[in-house]
Amino acid sequence: MDQKVLEEIRKIIPNDRILLQLQDRYSYSFDASFGEYLPDIVIQPEHAEEISRLVKLANRYLIPVYPRGAATSLSGGPLPVEGGMVLDMSRLNKKLIIDRENLLAIVSPGVITADIHRKAEEAGLFYPPDPSSSHVSTIGGNLLENSSGPRGLKYGTTKEYVIGLEVVTPTGDMIRTGGKTVKNVTGYDLTRLIVGSEGTLGIVTEAILRLIPKPQARGTLLAAFDRLVDSGHAITNILSSGILPAAMELMDNACMRAVENFQPCGLPLHAEALIIVEVDGHPIAVAEEISQCETLCLQMGATTIRVAQDERERQEIWKARKMVSPAITQMGPTKISEDATVPRSKIPDMMERLKQIREKYQLNLVVFGHAGDGNLHPNIITDKRNLAEMKRVEEAVSEIFKAAIELGGTLSGEHGIGTLKAPYMEMELGEIGLAMMKKIKQAWDPNNILNPGKIFPKPGQTKVVLTE
Amino acid sequence: MSLSQKSHQPESNGNPVQQLFHSTYALTNKCVQCGYCLPVCPTYDSMGKESASPRGRINLVRLASEGKIDIQENLKNPIDLCLGCRACEVACPVNVPYGHILEFAKQAIEESQKEKERAVFGERMKRLSLMKLFPYPERLRAIGNLVWLYQKSGVAKFVRKTKVIHRISEPFANLENVLPSLESPGKRYKWGTVISAKGQKKSRVAFFAGCVMDALMYRTNRLTIELLTSVGCEVVMPQNQTCCGALHAHQGLLEQAKALAKANIEAFEKSEADFYVNNAGGCGAILREYDHLLMEDQHWKERAARFVNRSRDISEILMQYGPLSYRKERRGVLIYQDSCHLRYVQGVYDEPRHLLRSIPGADVVEWEDSGSCCGSGGIYNMLNYEESIKILDKKMEKVKAMGATTIVTANPGCLLQMRLGAERLGLSNHMQAVHIVDVLAEACGFE
Repeated sequence: MDQKVLEEIRKIIPNDRILLQLQDRYSYSFDASFGEYLPDIVIQPEHAEEISRLVKLANRYLIPVYPRGAATSLSGGPLPVEGGMVLDMSRLNKKLIIDRENLLAIVSPGVITADIHRKAEEAGLFYPPDPSSSHVSTIGGNLLENSSGPRGLKYGTTKEYVIGLEVVTPTGDMIRTGGKTVKNVTGYDLTRLIVGSEGTLGIVTEAILRLIPKPQARGTLLAAFDRLVDSGHAITNILSSGILPAAMELMDNACMRAVENFQPCGLPLHAEALIIVEVDGHPIAVAEEISQCETLCLQMGATTIRVAQDERERQEIWKARKMVSPAITQMGPTKISEDATVPRSKIPDMMERLKQIREKYQLNLVVFGHAGDGNLHPNIITDKRNLAEMKRVEEAVSEIFKAAIELGGTLSGEHGIGTLKAPYMEMELGEIGLAMMKKIKQAWDPNNILNPGKIFPKPGQTKVVLTE
Repeated sequence: MSLSQKSHQPESNGNPVQQLFHSTYALTNKCVQCGYCLPVCPTYDSMGKESASPRGRINLVRLASEGKIDIQENLKNPIDLCLGCRACEVACPVNVPYGHILEFAKQAIEESQKEKERAVFGERMKRLSLMKLFPYPERLRAIGNLVWLYQKSGVAKFVRKTKVIHRISEPFANLENVLPSLESPGKRYKWGTVISAKGQKKSRVAFFAGCVMDALMYRTNRLTIELLTSVGCEVVMPQNQTCCGALHAHQGLLEQAKALAKANIEAFEKSEADFYVNNAGGCGAILREYDHLLMEDQHWKERAARFVNRSRDISEILMQYGPLSYRKERRGVLIYQDSCHLRYVQGVYDEPRHLLRSIPGADVVEWEDSGSCCGSGGIYNMLNYEESIKILDKKMEKVKAMGATTIVTANPGCLLQMRLGAERLGLSNHMQAVHIVDVLAEACGFE
């Protein structure tokens, strides 16, 4: 890093929050996706004003700036792909206020999402978005990636709960968007533009989140089907019967086998697919709805059904689902986790396409995910040291995206585009659609300072490259 | 997108880098960098940066094994600052064996240090005590006897008053301050003896005395034996047992640790006991990992596996053969501070809690911070005093808020650290830190 620039940075940030040693820089070179990119400097800001001054300075000297929460991203969001400056946002975590009267939470971006869950519940309230990493990930990262989890089906994704932001713009100015009211139609909805912008349009320094009353009861069941297509019909039948479950999860046979090998949960291994359905709300409604779900599953040919009678049994059912990720990584050291999403009526078609892809490329491809909202997680388990196989993985990944788009779906339901999916953007958005997005980026960030190298493909790039 | 990630072996030959590659590359590659270990890591919490987290450290070990960073210059410091509490292993969804990666990393650091002949004074002291002191129980016993003499003779008062030790080294002074008062060495059980069970004999157990416990806390060892015999265990004190080797393994002296493991396996095999019982969470953890330590030697691996199968913490045996016959009530609020290695490595969680709750009148309060390391970390608090104190003080604020009068621990290092914590709060008059054996023995009326 240039000495002159460094001296200026030191005027903004005290030395103990500037990391320059090689071991520290390497410690911010990765996230939970793929790749390793060494930043020139890592800074741990504690105030919004510091960030504003740093971004202004970065514009003067044309230094790329990469905001980073807890680096749990599965799409490369925080990777400093062009070097420069990483802003470790985890120290900006002092504010977590629950406003009971207005049903709001006002939070700093470095606050851990699970702490918001906990604080809200202590007040009898509920913040629904539940990415599986919520006990680690920061709310700032969740907002910028617009991440979500099983509850997205009933409660919607992160963007549904953000009504106001304080943001440092890519040129270093500070603005506020939205506010404390649920209704707000004053001008463009910049809040929604920034949420899910993957850190390319601004750095969130404070957020106002909407909370809802906490559901009083939950009911959970697990159902297994001999034929995958039957589980698909069970899902659509439940959803068209007037019930909106809080979560509907699907696991294929390969996942079940992996889980049983890893930690036996008594899963019916003869079945082709397994679904978990959870309803929540008033206790009387919950009891009625879960028994209705049970009947519908039986009608669709479920061979095994377990309805949780208490919290312990509920935990047991969810354990099978939670074991999927660890179980499948036992099958190989490298996991390529996708989140291609299709309209829910197309789930059986998508499952069929995935089966064909698995056979065509001879890969260890397993499928699980949030079937209720069409958000599947095809995972390819491989070994990045096996270059020949990695080439086949690249082809398979491209075909997964193609299948999702052909079925009327999207590249990413909740992980984000980042680096890995950037090459496919035009396939989904078209040339003009992508160009409109680029125009927004250019207007907001004329010097291309904030999180460069993400979302938009490099010229001529049409396919992911996982090998050198 | 292209990857800068290289995953082939570095070209250096036969050196610590290559050794590190062979011992850890397959292990570090298991990490999926999900970060689930971050919330449970005490040093990530206190230092607030990725290189002080398990995910960061695993990544750095991998980079060092690929030759991308230097073992001494870049890897040593982040690894030295790890407490080795292994809370991260339990939080890890993919079972990365962090403890083993840490040991191999320490070994590589040690090797490369030797190579560069950079033995500064502190390092030499550390190695000297690990190699010349802990493996020799009689030398430690001699020190223990001296401490007793020192405490009884009034020299202690003089030293504390004049703060002579503080001028030498603050960590050592603090250790001196919190050492328990020792009883007369004449009360020790002699090695090689067999102590009969009281009442009907239910089992024959061999007692692992532990070097620090044996030297400095032999009262607790004696009470352990009394508790064991009171529940019907015949207790053997195997001859020729030695230090468990945990401190050696944690400091990268794996060869020494292996030699100690073999000596202990031999000593305990002769005891013909059903179980091998210890009362120090840190020792117990490595005793239960001897099979891993000796995995490269087929013959020893099998003997080690048998040893591991028989190893138990005192609380497990007391639960198995109890109940204890209590004679006295206990007043005040008790909190239990887990020994990290007892909880995370040995998986012993319920037994000590159950035992404490069984004491008549005991008001045992569960607290959320019980599973987070106190900052003792073997000899971490000696080597990284300031970082250790930061972690301790944070914990003590929570202890204070609980209104605890007794902090119960299950490992000598934790015990001394918690005493230091109470002292730093200025609460050592209202708050005592004790070994679980001492609390149970007192309630049973043993003196």
